[in-house]
Amino acid sequence: MYETIYHRPSSVDEAVALFGKGSDSKYLAGGHTLIPVMKQRLAAPSDVIDLGKIKELIGIEASGDTLTIKAATTYFDIMQSADVKKSIPAIAYLTSVLGDPAVRYRGTIGGSIANNDPAADFPAALVSLGATVKTNKRSITADDFFKGLFTTALEDGEIITQVSFPVPAKAGYEKMRHPASRFALTGVFVTKTKAGDVRVAATGASQNGVMRVPVIETALKANWSAAALDSVKVSDSGMLADIHGSAAYRANLVKVMAQRAVTAAG
Amino acid sequence: MSTIKLTVNGKAVSADVEDRTLLVHLLRENLNLTGTHVGCDTSQCGACVVHIDGRAVKSCTVLAGQAAGSNVTTIEGISKGDELHPMQLAFRDNHGLQCGYCTPGMIMSSIDIVHRHGGKLDEETVRQELEGNICRCTGYHNIVKAVLDAAGRMKVSQAAE
Repeated sequence: MYETIYHRPSSVDEAVALFGKGSDSKYLAGGHTLIPVMKQRLAAPSDVIDLGKIKELIGIEASGDTLTIKAATTYFDIMQSADVKKSIPAIAYLTSVLGDPAVRYRGTIGGSIANNDPAADFPAALVSLGATVKTNKRSITADDFFKGLFTTALEDGEIITQVSFPVPAKAGYEKMRHPASRFALTGVFVTKTKAGDVRVAATGASQNGVMRVPVIETALKANWSAAALDSVKVSDSGMLADIHGSAAYRANLVKVMAQRAVTAAG
Repeated sequence: MSTIKLTVNGKAVSADVEDRTLLVHLLRENLNLTGTHVGCDTSQCGACVVHIDGRAVKSCTVLAGQAAGSNVTTIEGISKGDELHPMQLAFRDNHGLQCGYCTPGMIMSSIDIVHRHGGKLDEETVRQELEGNICRCTGYHNIVKAVLDAAGRMKVSQAAE
């Protein structure tokens, strides 16, 4: 790891000010992506601004039809939260299959979505549930937030403060876990909203990162059941292909994981 | 350089280190606590697991600065003098190690597992929860036996306290 300067601000405003002073600053949340990348010398920020101890960025609130998770809340605390288990249990389940216990103690929802790894779990949940990302500057819908591999709508220095999820009628998540990295080889989050709309998002599938899957949405809107997807074929055009699986394999996984997610959602 | 102050195994300590220093290196090189190992150095293997404020984390993926002000417990801090921690005893009695390289991390993760699950621990849960700790010698069978054994002993020793 190259030399860097570590800062631990106690407020969002202080973090933004520190970010602006560094020549090439980076925000640090749980650190389980940024620190490995710094160790590989693929990132060499002049300044590392730690958001992990900012109290206004930690916590979970459930009120009526909305579940709000603040950005620096760890996966473990999300997984354990009674509010999450009650309002959107699929999110609690998603965090329980994310990484391993030591990673879940450190990783945060804000870090996951700011990084936007094409195989990360949370982007699928945000897009499927139609979440809203709030930053220190504005609110961004999940559909507008994710912009492709490792790319988001965030501007330089902008900080995610919280994510708000509309509480759905039904939601489920299933993924094929890569056995070594525990990332999603492909994962699918399905949502039936209280208004009856269906939104389906897949991670670890498209070359452009998290994607909606209209062909599955249409089928599930007509008939919310795993069987409704039996005859659906997901196109492999634009799908990731690598040593772990071909584009056709991933396209098929999208359908199979969607079927399992619908079953899990009930 | 920064001066990092934290509590390690119950003692207040401080060290002057570069900001890029990882917690595992602060422990091993500045505090000479070499029981915590660096295995893969990529957050996969768990040989470097220590407790920060009671939570088992991979110290190769935490900057020393992130741990400032925290309570850190390493493998050196869990026995009472010559009296081994029940988890250490269980690993010894069940032959839960061969080369021993992964053992400090295994034990620190396992104590955290028992703390979280208490008496409700079963074999499947232990296997799932140890997925972030890799052992290349034992095939895990005796490690899992040791954790289940220790879960019983820790319940007894907690009840006795």
